[in-house]
Amino acid sequence: MTPTDTRLQVMWNRLLAVVEEQGQALIRAAFSPIVRECGDISAGIFDLKGRMLAQAVTGTPGHINTMAEAVKTLRGRFPIQEMKPGDIYMTNDPWIASGHLNDFLLMMPVFYKGRVVGFTSCTSHLVDLGGQGMGPEGTDIYDEGLLIPPCRLMAAGALNTFLMEVVKANSREPVANEGDIYALIACCETGARRLADMMAEFGIDDLDRLADYIIDTSYRGTLEAIAELPRGRWHATLKVDGYEQEIELCAALTVSADRVEVDFTGTSGLSRKGINVPLNYATAYTVFALRCIIGPEIPNNAGSLAPFHVNGPENCILNARHPAPVAMRHTLGQMTPDLIYGCLSQALPGRVPAEGASCMYDLPLRHTPEAVARGGTQFALELVFSGGTGARPGLDGLSATAFPSGVWGSQVETTEAVAPVLITRRELRQDSGGAGRLRGGLGQRIEMRSATDEDVMLFLSVERVLNPARGRQGGGTGAAGRIRIGEDGADLPGKGEIRVPAGETLIFETPGGGGYGPAGERDRAQVLRDLAEGLISAEAARDIYGVEP
Amino acid sequence: MHNTNGCRIAIDIGGTFTDTVLIDAAGHSLATTKTPTTPENPTLGALEGARRVLEEAGAHWHQIGGFIHGTTLATNALIERRGAKVATVTTEGFRDILEIAYERRYSQYDIDLVKPDLIVPRSRAFTIGGRMDARGRELQPLDEAGVAALAVALERCGAEAVAVCLMHAYANPAHEIHLREMLSAALPRLVISLSHEVSPEAREFDRLCTTIANAYVLPQMASYLADFQARFTAEGLVCPILMMTAGGGMTTLETAARLPIRLVESGPAGGAILAARIAAETGAQEVLSFDMGGTTAKLCLIDGFRPQTARRFEIARAARFIKGSGMPVRIPVIEMIEIGAGGGSIAHVDRLGRVQVGPESAGSEPGPACFAKGGTKPTVTDADVLQGLIEPARFAEGRLRINEAAAEAAVAHDVGALLGLDPAAAARGISEIVNENMAGAGRMHAVESGKDLGARLMIAFGGNGPLHATRVARRAQVGRILIPRDPGVGSAVGFLFAPVSFEIVRSRYETLDTLDIAGLNAFFEAMIDEARMVVRAGAPEGLLTIRRQAFMRYHGQGHEIEIALPDRPLEAADIADLRRAFEAEYGRQFSRAVPGMTIEILNWALDVSSAAPALRQYPQVERRQLARPVGQRRILCDVTGDWRVADVFERAALEPSDHLSGPALIIEPQTTTFVSADFGAQVDGGGNIWLTRKAEDAR
Repeated sequence: MTPTDTRLQVMWNRLLAVVEEQGQALIRAAFSPIVRECGDISAGIFDLKGRMLAQAVTGTPGHINTMAEAVKTLRGRFPIQEMKPGDIYMTNDPWIASGHLNDFLLMMPVFYKGRVVGFTSCTSHLVDLGGQGMGPEGTDIYDEGLLIPPCRLMAAGALNTFLMEVVKANSREPVANEGDIYALIACCETGARRLADMMAEFGIDDLDRLADYIIDTSYRGTLEAIAELPRGRWHATLKVDGYEQEIELCAALTVSADRVEVDFTGTSGLSRKGINVPLNYATAYTVFALRCIIGPEIPNNAGSLAPFHVNGPENCILNARHPAPVAMRHTLGQMTPDLIYGCLSQALPGRVPAEGASCMYDLPLRHTPEAVARGGTQFALELVFSGGTGARPGLDGLSATAFPSGVWGSQVETTEAVAPVLITRRELRQDSGGAGRLRGGLGQRIEMRSATDEDVMLFLSVERVLNPARGRQGGGTGAAGRIRIGEDGADLPGKGEIRVPAGETLIFETPGGGGYGPAGERDRAQVLRDLAEGLISAEAARDIYGVEP
Repeated sequence: MHNTNGCRIAIDIGGTFTDTVLIDAAGHSLATTKTPTTPENPTLGALEGARRVLEEAGAHWHQIGGFIHGTTLATNALIERRGAKVATVTTEGFRDILEIAYERRYSQYDIDLVKPDLIVPRSRAFTIGGRMDARGRELQPLDEAGVAALAVALERCGAEAVAVCLMHAYANPAHEIHLREMLSAALPRLVISLSHEVSPEAREFDRLCTTIANAYVLPQMASYLADFQARFTAEGLVCPILMMTAGGGMTTLETAARLPIRLVESGPAGGAILAARIAAETGAQEVLSFDMGGTTAKLCLIDGFRPQTARRFEIARAARFIKGSGMPVRIPVIEMIEIGAGGGSIAHVDRLGRVQVGPESAGSEPGPACFAKGGTKPTVTDADVLQGLIEPARFAEGRLRINEAAAEAAVAHDVGALLGLDPAAAARGISEIVNENMAGAGRMHAVESGKDLGARLMIAFGGNGPLHATRVARRAQVGRILIPRDPGVGSAVGFLFAPVSFEIVRSRYETLDTLDIAGLNAFFEAMIDEARMVVRAGAPEGLLTIRRQAFMRYHGQGHEIEIALPDRPLEAADIADLRRAFEAEYGRQFSRAVPGMTIEILNWALDVSSAAPALRQYPQVERRQLARPVGQRRILCDVTGDWRVADVFERAALEPSDHLSGPALIIEPQTTTFVSADFGAQVDGGGNIWLTRKAEDAR
């Protein structure tokens, strides 16, 4: 390292700060609750070749390499010599941007001293793109709403107003969509301005040396982390609930000197419903899961992502191709880390957590059509509840905590202030954490009803109702998710539309995480503590852990 | 000789030092001192400081007309977990508000993440039947029959204090009040904190945490404050003691003992008050205050002479100052970004070969390697020593001998050798990284607030603020810096400019289109009565200022924008003005407003405050004269990277109108101002040093 390298490091830190700045600006201005509560956005800076140099660490891993690939695609579509200062390009093509129509990606060339020196890019989730709306009921992508192929949104600083009108005319939430697109534009512009400022401050005219430094350093660091893994090939299978039928997800993980490969061969074919996953999105969650274990401290960029390769046969459900419906691609996308950890735990026993609830328990509530016809309140509420995470090799799982997504849960008081619902219970489910030397995280039990005399509609797309989280190394299974109306009501499936009649209570129980290691090996003091805290019952202490208080 | 009648004293008890400042009735500093904090009984250190400044000024206890105190005691009790045994009572069905929280991990890639310890284990979390709705209507009466069993459970678990947080208590506190009456009757010694009194805002998790934190420190703070008062009264103090709060106002001992959570982080708030004061005196509309000490750096945005405020912050962040890793507390506070960058922050090289600085700190024990008190890790101060920026013989009033060889050995071993750099170059690298971290945090903070740093005046203080100011400013694209007088005890100086005040933030859901004006006016009247009573206890006379604010947002958005309301009951005609004000501010922050979107308001703020002491008038400076250096030092220039000779100046010898050019060092007992080669310095009529970037000068 030379003194100049410290300057390169300072510039790298600056780029990381700039992308975080962009990300925050985007989240603050967003209209979609999923952006606000989950930070479902992405922001990054790219060099002239389209290599990603820095990416904001945001709430959801679903953008990790989708953005890196998307910018390469857009850069290939539009010749650099035709780009002008103030140009911005846009698309929401699920197979280019981020796996479903709601995610809009923008890319802006950054000009410095009259030349393009790099790009800024960002992605954000828009509230509504028409079609059948956000839900699994579309039969193909055309049902799911408006697809905008890569195009120029801003030409030399002037907005393509026709395009904006098209987006608005095709949405149930035109005002919010317009606001979100403006927020994306501002995000790109901020990043571009900061990048040019930095180049002026440090007196550089191009990003070449800096880009090489960032990418080489990260690539080398990632290879060192990979070198600590054993080499070989491991297989795993994960059975998930699916929609019409249960689905098998299969993966083979191959570790060699300079590559980590995942292949989904053997995975079930497409669903007729919108739970299919484009490969870019499955890749994002796969790489996220791997990078949590392999070199997590190295920032995401073209260098640290380069050794990871993900493939799957065309039109297996983790590589759904156009025109498959993909609106709810996150339902299965979020299950892929458990699949990957099934492989990785064989390579690295003692390093990888047990399976968890994984899929977020999204609870989108709406008014009924007839209530609005009667003049009742129109409302749309997007509540997200989490189950328990899998026990870690050295720690119990986390109760009612999102993983792999970084979604935030809501607060009962704010929910009840803005929507006509009453939540009467939200507590941990005793005994729902998988037993083990390390216990899985607990799920939670939510009871809610309409606060008025109108029914409420609910649209479900959740997992682990039929296939609970499995333990690892002899650990027990976590409790399955369970949804019903009234204590004695029949169990409802995890996907589909439900009507909650006025006066009746929806009981919504999220899954627990799997345990780690045999329950018999759990420290007696910890069993007694769990018992004192009411996390396990006296029966479980006695029957499962063999501990009499 | 100054007239010492009606003098005022401020005492700021920090973790390491207790700062004491005495000023005369006209606001001129009579004496300042730094004494070691006495952790066993912090009052003793405070007494020592007070005696010292009185002696130095030749003043007597009975001449003191104003006494302001700030302490980190409450903060430390929370960080070090030395508080009461607390239990919670929440609404039936909601035992796990604390455990469920926001269902989130604060660090995306950390598989082995541990959530913050929020003081109360599930075994001490109890519930009681009864339910209010969001509008404050009773859906189910309080389960009076269940209170007896609850009291037994509370007693059995050994709780010394209980935090009561019932659903929607901010909208209707009747159940909380009734429960307190019944529990007090059953358990007269139990300390009870009610959520609607501590933090009447919607969001049960934040409100519960705040109530727990209040109950946790209450017994200890109440007895500390009583003892503090008794000891100073015994010395001969006759004026009332006022306590500094996190919101930047003062309050009475009685209020402080009831709501001790409001005392946390009052020291840093004092620094922001000082900066706001100087901003007003010099007419600087947009300011960034930069307070860098031994462990952390704190930055605050000050617009229109008013520090930015917030309604939530986190105590005891576990992991590297990461958001979400601490315990949230929802009270009115001066908003600051605090990062782990101070003189004691430790540098190391990570596995990618990158220099990292902080947040681990060598603190004052063992301290930086150059203190030669057993520290072997290279710190920011060691790096400054190696670059020649600290005059070894003059550091910390000359009471601490600086060992340059120890600094060099530490920097060479932990950084230089790993990167193939000589110690000076490694030291420069450490400085660059930590300065970039601070500038980056400042930029980020500005963005989160929808503001820009570029045009701001930086006001720098704290033990290391003046030393790093030019280097941080350049990276933040700030061109002007002001170093106030007595920068080393800036927070205590700030206490002396605070008004007596009380702020309440309360939730009440409204949309702008359907605003219930009569209801809202009654809601504000009740808050005004409550706040006025508290303020009048500390400021019996004089005019009171009342400020009302609404936190408005577009329906569907999370980000709230603070909009000032007129200082009178609202009228129907105001609604259009409020919409315009919101859209204008939204447009300013996000480039464009979004016409046609519903505007909603959940939170409302009310602040009652007495008048702050009058501003000082600075004598006009007519001429400019070149300051005379008292010596020279070789320093490593931060602009060119070359060794250069810098002039050294004594701050005490500088006079209004003096100017000088960087590179230079201006030394005073508690700190050094480093004037980088690209900055010049000028002293104004108030004794402040202005540092101006040379390019800026030419403009």
